[in-house]
This record gives sequence, structure tokens and C-alpha cells, in this order.
Amino acid sequence: MLLSPTVKTSLIFTAIALVGLVFADIAITSANPWKDLGQFFLGVVTPDFFSTEGLATALLRTVAFAFVGVALGSVCGFLLALVYRAYPVRIFCAFIRAIHELFWALIFLQFFGFHPLTGVLAIAIPYSGIFAKVYSEILEEADPEPGRLLPPGTGVISAFLYARIPDCRVQMRTYTAYRLECGLRSSAILGFVGLPTLGFYLESAFSQGHYSEAGAMLILFYVLIATLPLWVKPRLLPVYILGAPFFLGDGMPIIWGNVTRFFTEDIVPSPLKGEEGWSGMGSWLGDLFVTQALPGIWNTVILTQIALVATGIIALLAFPLISTHFGGPVRRTSGHVFLVILRSTPEYILAYILLQLWGPSMLPAVVALALHNGGIIGHLIGRQSSSIVLRPDAPTGLNRYTYELVPRVYRSFLAFLFYRWEIIMRETAILGILGIYTLGFYVDSAIQNIQFDKAMVLILITASLNIGVDILGRYIRRKLALQTMPTC
Amino acid sequence: MSGFDLTGLTASFDGERVIGPLSLSVNEGERVGLVGRSGAGKSTLISLIHQQVNRTSSLVPQNLGLVNALPVFHNVYMGRLDANATWYNTLTLIRPFARDTREITMLLDELAMPEKVWIPAASLSGGQRQRVAIARALYRKSGLLLADEPVSALDGPTAHLVMKLLRERFQTSVIALHDVELALAYCTRIVGIQDGQIALDEPSEKLTPADIMPLY
Repeated sequence: MLLSPTVKTSLIFTAIALVGLVFADIAITSANPWKDLGQFFLGVVTPDFFSTEGLATALLRTVAFAFVGVALGSVCGFLLALVYRAYPVRIFCAFIRAIHELFWALIFLQFFGFHPLTGVLAIAIPYSGIFAKVYSEILEEADPEPGRLLPPGTGVISAFLYARIPDCRVQMRTYTAYRLECGLRSSAILGFVGLPTLGFYLESAFSQGHYSEAGAMLILFYVLIATLPLWVKPRLLPVYILGAPFFLGDGMPIIWGNVTRFFTEDIVPSPLKGEEGWSGMGSWLGDLFVTQALPGIWNTVILTQIALVATGIIALLAFPLISTHFGGPVRRTSGHVFLVILRSTPEYILAYILLQLWGPSMLPAVVALALHNGGIIGHLIGRQSSSIVLRPDAPTGLNRYTYELVPRVYRSFLAFLFYRWEIIMRETAILGILGIYTLGFYVDSAIQNIQFDKAMVLILITASLNIGVDILGRYIRRKLALQTMPTC
Repeated sequence: MSGFDLTGLTASFDGERVIGPLSLSVNEGERVGLVGRSGAGKSTLISLIHQQVNRTSSLVPQNLGLVNALPVFHNVYMGRLDANATWYNTLTLIRPFARDTREITMLLDELAMPEKVWIPAASLSGGQRQRVAIARALYRKSGLLLADEPVSALDGPTAHLVMKLLRERFQTSVIALHDVELALAYCTRIVGIQDGQIALDEPSEKLTPADIMPLY
């Protein structure tokens, strides 16, 4: 049988994931996983909204950090988009967006401490890189004709404001709104490294076994995200953006001596500080590479590949839940709610919860990544499948699924999946902070051991790995002629 | 500047010569009708002239070049973006000044669409869009008009209204028209293009539609 390139690619990736499973550490190590899971769900259905006064503050801080970070990121990203043609700018943007928000936070924590600037920059910097890329793509797609027709002598700014911006505005606004939602998720998980957002309170509620409190936080977070279109109105935006900086909390003051020390001492590779000098660099790097980077890369890649295939399976299973070609309105509505929950829960929080319940192994990470990303892709594919018009006598049930729908949506499904490949890898690396042996684990341990020089090298390696996967993903999408919109 | 004298005009696409080499000299006060089969090179000639006169002319291209998200007012205003300072243009984007609004509304009134001034270009019909591009060219107030099929989407009476207005407002013009009757009625000189070369160049009073037909 002749296989189409898309099917062949899918089979190759599935095979890689299966081989990966042999090497992966997949296990449930906790004594009573199902009892704990039951207790957690009991907590979610019996939420306690009044247990701590910290809950309202946590939500307020989460929103404030998201607004300030995303606003700053979009302004910087916009400015970068204007000069995005320059190759160094592209490289710079690819680099800053390849480093996860939590890594940025870990870096800034070392010298700004628990100052609000840490959280703001942790969101703003990677988002600038993402905004720059997407904005420049949107600007590039605009019709060049009006610009060519302008009278000679028109100022550059006037030309840009009249001939470029207006036709791009709607698309940019949609994308920025989508990013704000992502910003809320990023802001929430910054709490896991100690900033005063939702993650901080969630972690403490969990560690004390207060599941009803944790349930209340999650429910409020979903409500916050689901109601975004209701409370984020263009007219109110200036109020939010100007007001948000006042709700970031005071944190701790910045000690500028720490900042200087970080750049002049802490991140300087240790052989350079001692007598060895450059001659010691080789063995220092070699040692770091063999004992930490390589195992980190190995685990990150294995986990990413398994999670990628699991994401695909979840997405294919989940999209009929909201497709108009199956089931009635009741089932579709509950399908929507289910997918919105998957999509709104940051994979980090999902992984954290599962890890608490099942004990440390790669399993919670795979499940968390697959549920979150599968939920997102399933949602997009489901919506797309609803726009397909079937012939009146089309088969029903499983035959409809396998013969009519999957073949039609498969290409865009793969496109979304390969688009999210890099995102999955970035998340996989970061999940190491939770104790899975991916790159994030080694970064986190280096920081805990006050070896910032090693941590920086490992972060750079992680960033390069992400950039590599991004390039590979784009190459495969181009090879298979798959196209996606940036909003995925 | 409103007339021009151009020699050695050529244009190629993918290595294939589509225009020229040809020379065209237009005196001030002449109204040239460009006629010829589609694909003969009329549009290319118009954009060549536009380049050669350093884009100082008023131009109505075939694809209009409107900014869909902007209202009619701003699309027309763009014809004279060079005349005002950047701060003035930026402010106009947010809140237009009364005198510009008055002038542009009057212009649209002459084109029989005054009520559309604040409607985004995206929600206009084909004929209305064409008139917006014409209004932009009129607002530019250059001595020379270069227009590529400016009335192709307009009904008979409106087409005549627009052609009259163009004759009135521009001293010199080069207009590509597929409607031979219109060309003879509103132009003083007919230039026929065939295979990228000038195949006919006569004052219009010497011509009848039958003389032009062989070009098609």
C-alpha cells in the first residue's frame, strides 16, 4: 500500500514515541493515587471560596502581572516588528522567546529578588519576541498597493499610519487578546517560583491538602478566563493598563549590589574566576555537558516526543465532542466546557496537580501536556470540522468520523501539531522544575546550588534546543505543505 | 508640470517585453484616451508614466488601492498626505479637522455619494469604491491625471458625471478606457496601443469608432 507523506510522517513520529516509551520513566509511585485523585475532585466540586483572604489578592495580582507584562511585551514587540527584517533582530527575537517565562523569572529572581519587576519582565521579554514575530507577519501580509499610491514626500510615519496599520489593526487586536489569555496563564504559574500570583497560593493549598481551597482557585481562574471578552473591552483597556502597575504588590526592594554581582561574578563560568582561566573552560564545559546537559536533553526530547503523539491522540479523540456532525446540543455544550477547561489550565498547574497525586515520574508530565495541548488543538479542529458540509447521505457514527471528517481535517491537524511541537518542548523543559529530569530540573538544581554560571549555560542549551525544534517543525510543515494561522 | 515628453519607455515581465520601446509626448492641456485590447499594455504604460513623472501626478489605478479598514474620508484624505505635517495627519486619523471634512464632503457630493463619508471602504459597492479612488485623485489636485479604467464599474449616467468632472478638474490627462464612445467624447487625442506599441495616435475629432475597432 502506498502511504501519503502525511501518514508516513505520522507513523514515523508514532514509532519514535513508542521507542521513547521504552526508555521513559513512566510509573505511578504514590501509595494511594486514586484516593488522592478522588479527594482532589471532591475538593473541586466542593470549592471553598472563603477560606483565605489571600484568594482575591492572588487573582488581582495574577491579572495585574498579566496586564503589565503583556502590555509591555506588545509595545516592545510592535517596535521590534518594525525592524524585524534585520537578521540580527530575528535571531534576537527567536532567542528571547525560546526561553520560557519561568526561566526568565528564575534569572531575574537572582538579582531583582521578589520585586514586581521580576514577574513583569518574565512575561514581557518572551512575549516581546513572540509579538514581534506575529506582528511582523501580519504587517507583511497587508496590501502594499495603498502605500505605493501615496504622494511622494509623504512622511514615513503618516504613510505607516494610513497605509499599513488600519488594515492590520483587527488582526493585531485579535492576536493581542489571545496573548492576554496566555499572559493570564503565564502570570498564574509565576506563583510557583514565589511571585504573589495564583500559583503561589495553589501550591500552598495543595501542600497542606486543602483541596477545596485549591478547587475554588481553579474554578475562579476558569471563570476569569472564560469571561475575558466580557470584562476586557477596548474602552476599558487604558484603565486596566494604567491601573495594573498599582496592583502588582510591593514585593522586596531591589538591591542593586546583587544586580552588579550577578553580571560580574555569578554568571562568569567558575574556571574563569579561579586560576585555571580559559584552559579550564574545556573540562568545565565538558563535565557540565556530560553530567547535566546530555541527560537533560535526552529526557526532554523523549518526553516531548511522547507528549507530542499523546497530544495528537487526545486532539483526534476530543474534536468530535464539539463538532456539529456528532451528538446533540447537550453533548456539544458539555464538550465545549470540557475543552475550555483543558485549554485554560496551564500545563504546569496540571502537571503539578498530577505529580502531587501520582508521585514523580514522566507520566504526570505526559498526561498534563497531552491534555492541555490536545484540548487546544481539539478545539480548533472541532470548530473547523463544523464548517465542513457533508453530503445528505453521508455515513454516520464511526464511519462518518473515519471516512468523512478525519481525512478532511488531518492536514490542518498536523499543521497545528507541528506548530505546537516547539511549545510542547519549551513546556517539557520547564516541567523539570517539578522534579522530572528534563533540562529544567538541572537548571533549577544549579540555581539551588548557587551555580548560576552552570544554570545560564543550561538555559542557553535549552533555548538552542527549542530554536532547533522550531526550525525542524517549520521545515516539516513546509515539506508537507501545511499552513497555520499564528493564533494557535 | 502637467505635460510630459518621454522616450525609450520599455517594460518587461519575466524577460518578455510587454511595452515599447516607445515614445510619448503629451502637451499641457491635452486629454489623451488610451485604447486597445486588454493585455495590450495600457495599464503598464500608465504605471510607467507614473514612475517617469516621479509620481507627482494624480493616479487612479485599476485595483484602486484603497485601505479597506479606513473610512471614505481618510481614503480621500490620503491623496494629500504630503501636504500636511505628521502631527496633523495623525490627529486627522483620530479626529478630522472641520475644513478638511467640509472639502472632502463637497467632493463626495459632486460624485453623488456624500452620505458615505464615514463608511469604511470595505463596506462599499464596486462602483462606490471606484469613486472613492477618483475622489482621492481629485483631492490630490495635481495638474496631470493618470487613470486606468476609472469608470469601468459605474453605470452610464454616473460614468458621464465622473468623466465630466475629470475633464473639468485636470488640465492634462491620460486615461485608459475600453469604452471607445467615452474616449471619443471626453478626450482630445486618442492613442491606440497594440502589442506594447503605439498603433494609432490621432486627434479625436478626426476619428470615428470604426477607426478604432481594428485595434480590438
